[in-house]
Amino acid sequence: MNAAAVVQDLKAFLPELCLLGGAFLVLLVDLFVKNKKILPALALLALAAAAVPAIPFRGTQALFSGFFTLDAFTHFFRLLALGASAVWVILSAGYKPLQKQYEGEYYTLVLFMALALVLMAASTNLLMIFLSIEFVSILSYLLVGFEKKNSQSKEASVKYLLFGSVASALMLYGISLVFGATGSLELTAIPAKLDDPSFYGLTLTGSILLLAGLGFKISMAPFHLWAPDAYEGAPAPFTAFLTVAPKAIGFAVLMRVLTGAFHWFSFEWSPILMVLSILTMTIGNITAVAQTNVKRLLAYSSIGQAGYILMGLAAATPLGLTAVLYYLLAYAFTNLGVFAVAIVVGSGTGSYELESYRGLAKRAPVLSACMVVFLLSLAGIPPLAGFFAKLYVFSAVIENRYYLMAAAAAINSAVAAFYYLRIVRQMYLVPADETSRIWSCPVTRFTIFILLAGTIILGLVPAPFIDYFKALLPF
Amino acid sequence: MIIPLEHFLIFAAVLFVIGLCGTLVRRNIVGILMSIELMLNAVNINLVAFSRSTSLDPVTGQIFAIFVVALAAAAVAVGLAIVIALYRVRKTICADEISLLKW
Repeated sequence: MNAAAVVQDLKAFLPELCLLGGAFLVLLVDLFVKNKKILPALALLALAAAAVPAIPFRGTQALFSGFFTLDAFTHFFRLLALGASAVWVILSAGYKPLQKQYEGEYYTLVLFMALALVLMAASTNLLMIFLSIEFVSILSYLLVGFEKKNSQSKEASVKYLLFGSVASALMLYGISLVFGATGSLELTAIPAKLDDPSFYGLTLTGSILLLAGLGFKISMAPFHLWAPDAYEGAPAPFTAFLTVAPKAIGFAVLMRVLTGAFHWFSFEWSPILMVLSILTMTIGNITAVAQTNVKRLLAYSSIGQAGYILMGLAAATPLGLTAVLYYLLAYAFTNLGVFAVAIVVGSGTGSYELESYRGLAKRAPVLSACMVVFLLSLAGIPPLAGFFAKLYVFSAVIENRYYLMAAAAAINSAVAAFYYLRIVRQMYLVPADETSRIWSCPVTRFTIFILLAGTIILGLVPAPFIDYFKALLPF
Repeated sequence: MIIPLEHFLIFAAVLFVIGLCGTLVRRNIVGILMSIELMLNAVNINLVAFSRSTSLDPVTGQIFAIFVVALAAAAVAVGLAIVIALYRVRKTICADEISLLKW
């Protein structure tokens, strides 16, 4: 590979370069500026600068000798990651526990995280996939433990670190076996080598271990143990981001690996994923019922949601994969919305306990109404985004005649509706102890309205989005 | 004398399982981090062994192993920093005693 080709590829790499430059700029500006309010604005500017070259689609191209692939699929996940990061920055700007605590470092880490996710979405080489996943993981450990002197935050960070390191070691061992069996690290080169029967056992073991490592990122059932603790202990804006963006990009990589490289193996991994998805949603939803802390309740709810999304992947058909993409977008809008409201309420009442939602409808009528819409969307009530997401996933599963799975998911949805509506009941039917209004800053309110609009529009006119996602699938 | 590939793979698998058992039975967090290093070294042996035998390009696996070494160092730097931060607020690095968050 010569220098001219590298320069040519760097042009397509502009979003990544913007984020990298932005991260160092924030760190530098932090040294010289007293007014720290400028830092989130600068971070937003860097994200916007990265989004502009990320939008135009120039057809499929391989970058840096096939380490990255730019296609419509990558473009979608790039924009999703950048959008989620922007919401994260806005929510962090108004979040009190972070103020006057290394804000420069915090927003630098935010931009590095955006960079890591954008890299992860584009990587199509096992080495690059491993490196970008590790990049995301290490940043996540740091950010979960970011609140100084908060012992819950530190504990969550250590637990996340230990589980995460073991999961990446498992994934790495899997990658080494796949490499041994196929002789190559390129995802596109793997399918040609899979039909060699002498390496069958090696490839199967390798791909299952690889699935374990990726399953950790999306909080799939036996590897979900870190999730509730990390989500509860982390600074709330980061929790909102962590439940959405790394999970969505994790699904992107999983789709690339399973349906791209190991498609020939789908008769092996499809039943495994089916069992794991039922397990994931059941554990998530049943445990969520017993929670009294809203952050932890939403953490378990997001594990349950990962189970539904996994269902579409287990179906392994074009309809199933389209459903996964639609679900990820709907889930991004809805879950960021729920957390945005929870953060505003949390900083207003000083607590994330379910009891602090008593009589919220009187204290913050508009916010409560938004919260109801988001919760109904998560529960899958028409005509919101969450309903169509579930509908598509269910139809993909039934098309494949996985009736048992559809039944399990239907029961789970009913359980989930119960705990979502419990929050609504606290807000509207239980009288408040206190009557003071809850204040929210205009930028946060504006963000919540955009997320609300996304949730409603995705639900009212799903057809164009479905067509877009169908055209997106590279496999 | 050329050592056959199977010997490397069995050695790596044993080393990996020792590391995995270490992460499960160790109570000291630094001990768990050391066990994780063992697992990563098992991966390196695999990569280098495959690089010599089945790889299409003889250097791919070796380069991967260098990346793994570098990344393990980075992960441990972050890991020990987090452990020190935990020690400052809780005065313990025993995995059994960090139990504020449950269910």
